[in-house]
Amino acid sequence: MLDISNLHVSIEGVPILQGFELSLPYGQVHAIMGPNGAGKSTLAKVLAGHPSYRIDAGEIRFKGKSLLDMQPEERSHFGLFMSFQYPLEIAGVSNELFLCSALNARNAANNRPQLSHEEFSLLLQQKMAKMQMRAEFKERSVNVGFSGGEKKRNEILQMAILEPDLAILDETDSGLDIDAMRIIADGVNDLHCPSRSMLVITHYQRLLDYIRPDRVHVMDKGKIVRSGGPELAKLLEEKGYEWI
Amino acid sequence: MDIEYKYGFVTPIASDVFPKGLSEEVIRAIWAKKQEPPFMLEFRLRAFRIWQQMEEPRWANIEYDPIDYQDISYYAEPQSKQQLDVPDEMDPEILKTLDRLGISLKEQVAIDVVFDSVSLGTTFQQKLMDQGVILCSISEAIRKYPELVQRYLGTVVPMKDNFFAALNSAVFSDGSFVYIPKGVRCPMELSTYFRINEKRIGQFERTLIIADDDSYVSYLEGCTAPAHDVNQLHAAVVELVARDRAEIKYSTVQNWYAGDPITGQGGIYNFVTKRGLCAGVQSKISWTQVEAGAAITWKYPSCILRGDHSVGAFYSVAMTNGKMQADTGTRMIHVGEHTRSTIVSKGISAGGSSNSYRGSVFIGPQAHHARNHSQCDSMLVGSRSSAHTFPTVKGTNATAQVEHEASVSRMNEEQIFYLQTRGLTKEDAIALIVNGFCKEVFCELPFEFAQEAQKLLALKLENCIG
Repeated sequence: MLDISNLHVSIEGVPILQGFELSLPYGQVHAIMGPNGAGKSTLAKVLAGHPSYRIDAGEIRFKGKSLLDMQPEERSHFGLFMSFQYPLEIAGVSNELFLCSALNARNAANNRPQLSHEEFSLLLQQKMAKMQMRAEFKERSVNVGFSGGEKKRNEILQMAILEPDLAILDETDSGLDIDAMRIIADGVNDLHCPSRSMLVITHYQRLLDYIRPDRVHVMDKGKIVRSGGPELAKLLEEKGYEWI
Repeated sequence: MDIEYKYGFVTPIASDVFPKGLSEEVIRAIWAKKQEPPFMLEFRLRAFRIWQQMEEPRWANIEYDPIDYQDISYYAEPQSKQQLDVPDEMDPEILKTLDRLGISLKEQVAIDVVFDSVSLGTTFQQKLMDQGVILCSISEAIRKYPELVQRYLGTVVPMKDNFFAALNSAVFSDGSFVYIPKGVRCPMELSTYFRINEKRIGQFERTLIIADDDSYVSYLEGCTAPAHDVNQLHAAVVELVARDRAEIKYSTVQNWYAGDPITGQGGIYNFVTKRGLCAGVQSKISWTQVEAGAAITWKYPSCILRGDHSVGAFYSVAMTNGKMQADTGTRMIHVGEHTRSTIVSKGISAGGSSNSYRGSVFIGPQAHHARNHSQCDSMLVGSRSSAHTFPTVKGTNATAQVEHEASVSRMNEEQIFYLQTRGLTKEDAIALIVNGFCKEVFCELPFEFAQEAQKLLALKLENCIG
């Protein structure tokens, strides 16, 4: 699904990722953990195609194709999704219009039929019910006035609508209470299937109690320094990052 | 030249252009050219003398070199006679121009085209006349309906109102005239397209719209000009009169050439006085404007709410980029009882531009229970532009209610990136953000116009961001 080799990335001349390697097979969930400043969020943004970062060396292949020359929207059309740590607010644009435009843009790029307003409305209703979101969130401006937890839930709703092949969750658990975390984890687990992979980026181990990873990677100073099974997360929780 | 401005071409036709300069002789020559009745010569000359005593206003938040009024030609017309309602006899170059501007003569909108100093005539005149609706150029109205014109011209915007209004009253060349008789709901949208073609001329548009008791009209105007490297003056006066229970909706999409985005050279100086008089009870006037062009915009469409229970509204989107400067807003003058006004202003400043909202709400001593709500939002794009707000309230009535809200936000690369990661192209992302910001104003525009305005703003902003 995703193969990253020898990736070097810098921003304004400052190197962030330095020889990052990762191989994520179809259907697997991998977690990336690490201390603040390890380059975890940079990795997420680079995968999504953020224009501020420079790729100095290396390759990212997704479903056999290089991502490097693809615009963020092309990556999205191709099946990549990133849930933002800090989702942005778009005033005056209803959540429904935004999601409908996004889905139809993806459908158009993949030669799939456009959804009518009614069809989309129905789909949205179902997905929102699953995420336990009130109907008013359809009409409200994208993320405007949403609490931290509501914004994160809205991210997972977008993921559920867009049905990506690869979902990257960047610090989705930050700022969530236990109930919100459970709802979000359920939303994520619902989407988990043999054809879909997930990359869960998190500072803390607690999200991994709800979303079981197949592999855990520990990142420091721009590359992976240790990999292991789910037990690695537990170890980190007990001993701290110093231990690495 | 600015590649984003697709209306920057010049139409190659022979024109009669007056020599540069302004004097009583020039005014007499305009008057003679237009074959106007004697009262108009008197009107023009009186205005000219008033203008000579006045000074150009300098209070606005704009900077420009002094305008040399003797270096402008005050009249230009195509040599061959043009008639929109007989397209077969029109100059093919002009037809081509209309086509490139996207003006269709066949659509179900009655249209007047003002090309430099003259109107090319109006379409659907007969269909409108069947209902008693008059749509013609102001020149034609002066000749055919002198009593109506004499009764209203200069009553809403007196010639001594301001420097540019005085100048316009002296030298105005063309514009539209609309009269909607009692009880008539105008059967179609009316519209005027203003085009400046010649390089050295000023365009002095004059428009007068009268809606008699219980009538309704929706009027749209659009404006473009070629990309010349000299500044050109567009000094317009628009007067609206709404009588008892009449409603006038006036919409503008202004896309004058804005000058070179880097050097600031050229572009239209847009000094415009627009005012509506809600003369009758329960009358209603709304101004909706999308100001997307011009090097300088100086424009405050206003309402005088004289009739009891009359309603005024101002919905504005002003977008500036490059070196553009806009100082625009409104005045709501509450005279009658239970008068209401709404102001919604959206300013978008990008590039190295400056964008100011200037609004004033006046509550007169008899304006019992008057209400105003103002909302001014500014959006900054990039880091070199500026936004300013100058709201004033002068209230003298204890029963009046005045509310003001304001906000400033910034469109940034992160928002665009966010939308892109959800599958929208950069263009669509910008359009969606701008559309969201301007939603309340776009809602007031006729549908096609709103779409047009949306596209126009997105196009102008694309190159301003990352």
